[in-house]
Amino acid sequence: MPIFLDFEKPIAELEEKIAELQQLSGNNGVSIADEVRKLQLKAEKMLKQTYGKLTAWQKTQVARHPERPHLKDYCKILFPDLLPLAGDRYFGEDQAIIGGIATFHERSVMIIGHEKGSDTSSRMRHNFGMALPEGYRKARRLMEMADRFGLPIITLVDTPGAYPGVEAEARGQAEAIAKSIETCLRLRVPIISVVIGEGGSGGAIALASANKVFMLENAIYSVISPEGCASILWRSANYSKEAAEALKLTADDLLQLRVIDGIIPEPLGGAHRQPEQTIQSVGQMLQKTLDELYTKSLSNYQEHRQKKFLAIGHGF
Amino acid sequence: MSWLTNFVRPKIQSAKKIETPDNLWDKCPSCKQMVFHRDLQSNLFVCPACQYHWRIGFKLRLEKLFDQGQYQRKSLPKFEADPLKFRDQKKYADRLKEYQTKSGENDALVVAEGTVGGHRLVVAIFNFSFMGGSMGIAVGEGLLAAADAAVASKAALLAIPASGGARMQEGILSLMQMPRSVIAVEKVKNAGLPYLVLLTDPTTGGVSASFAMLGDITMAEPGSIIGFAGARVIEETIREKLPEGFQRAEYLQEHGMVDLVVHRHEIPKTVAKILSHLNPVRTTE
Repeated sequence: MPIFLDFEKPIAELEEKIAELQQLSGNNGVSIADEVRKLQLKAEKMLKQTYGKLTAWQKTQVARHPERPHLKDYCKILFPDLLPLAGDRYFGEDQAIIGGIATFHERSVMIIGHEKGSDTSSRMRHNFGMALPEGYRKARRLMEMADRFGLPIITLVDTPGAYPGVEAEARGQAEAIAKSIETCLRLRVPIISVVIGEGGSGGAIALASANKVFMLENAIYSVISPEGCASILWRSANYSKEAAEALKLTADDLLQLRVIDGIIPEPLGGAHRQPEQTIQSVGQMLQKTLDELYTKSLSNYQEHRQKKFLAIGHGF
Repeated sequence: MSWLTNFVRPKIQSAKKIETPDNLWDKCPSCKQMVFHRDLQSNLFVCPACQYHWRIGFKLRLEKLFDQGQYQRKSLPKFEADPLKFRDQKKYADRLKEYQTKSGENDALVVAEGTVGGHRLVVAIFNFSFMGGSMGIAVGEGLLAAADAAVASKAALLAIPASGGARMQEGILSLMQMPRSVIAVEKVKNAGLPYLVLLTDPTTGGVSASFAMLGDITMAEPGSIIGFAGARVIEETIREKLPEGFQRAEYLQEHGMVDLVVHRHEIPKTVAKILSHLNPVRTTE
């Protein structure tokens, strides 16, 4: 049973009807194929209309859709030989961030990203993609290793934010994030980031201070969640819609603000409707960008990264 | 209508004012003792009884830090203040203008240069009363300018944050100040110059998770709240009372995140001592 979002209700009802009709026609052999086809076209049109003009708040919901492909789905298709590497070597292993070495189009690459989990037990194991300091320290360790061996780094960002908890603070959440950003910026190898779902604040930028940053069409990337912003500035989480709009957190907004380098289109109706197609699109963009970064023979990826971030916010 | 019925009652603004008539006395929030305001002032707003540190403004801090209270303010570059055209219940542009008029400052960061114990030093200090010291484009630019000034003068850089974190009203561009502020730190470190941090109350959110945690040496004022997530958010997440002293300077020191917790009176001396070891460039002698 697929999960539908609030604003998808009319589409859900129509699709349910179609399914019923199909079953009916199968049962008594009555040909209602024409009727079904008509309804299918109508559903597709509705989907196109709805998804053609999603509001920032609706995109926030799509970005958080429980069936949206997560890091592990990407790894299965794009990096099937991924060798996962665990632990920060200081305290523990945080499964909210996963990383390892893999082959990508005949190149060895370092993959790092957030994993939210896809059912209750895996969500608990991955802490809903909210990393502890250990997660960022593991990321840093892997980035430094990639740097030593000249492996390009690919990060896939999908997190509500860094975990807010007593143990996270006790073990230096702020320092762990700061050092992770610093490491991203120091790398001599290229680093490419894709925000595949939620780019939640410090927890996201810790992995996304990259040479090239992309977003999926319905992904969001923001300094604070719309709910958090609403409860601070409007003093009520009921204003999340308004906050989502004001924060300018969609891929279109970020491209316009020149914070990201490009948008990867999603299939009609969002990534969760065609996960494999979405993942392949991301793969193509990664391959193209890696090739570009190498053939342009940028001698200095670190300088390229610094210049890029220094230019952000200029010229408005 | 007589003068009796015409009489307009004076509005009582708040009950607190009665406790401290004419600001003559201040009640210490920690030990609840009444302190004579002028005594408090001469003690740099540290409670004489329990050593509780009040928040203080950047001007007093700079005056007490630099030799003979002498320093030069750096003029900072101006940038488009509201690229998002952000609006909550009020326009951000209006809010910003209000703060600018009220404070006479352009934004929440002030950069100053002078000497401490004869050592040249550039200071990037936050003005908490300017929108909670929040970090947006102007603050990021200010930190970069401070780093450039330090490199140009071959001086150490001291960052003194007092900030709730990123400035939400600048959206993603405020988040981008985290890597930009780290680049500022890198500039100073790559030039072989010391980068010091004095954490003051409060240092949280995106500010703590970027340049504020990257000091060669990190100091903190006693009792300062320092952390990534706000206490309320944590309480709501874990639904538990937070431990005593949580996220205070002393707690961070116990957990290995801060080198020194320094009493306000000892800050100039401590900075001078650090610089005498780490900074070979002396200007007076």
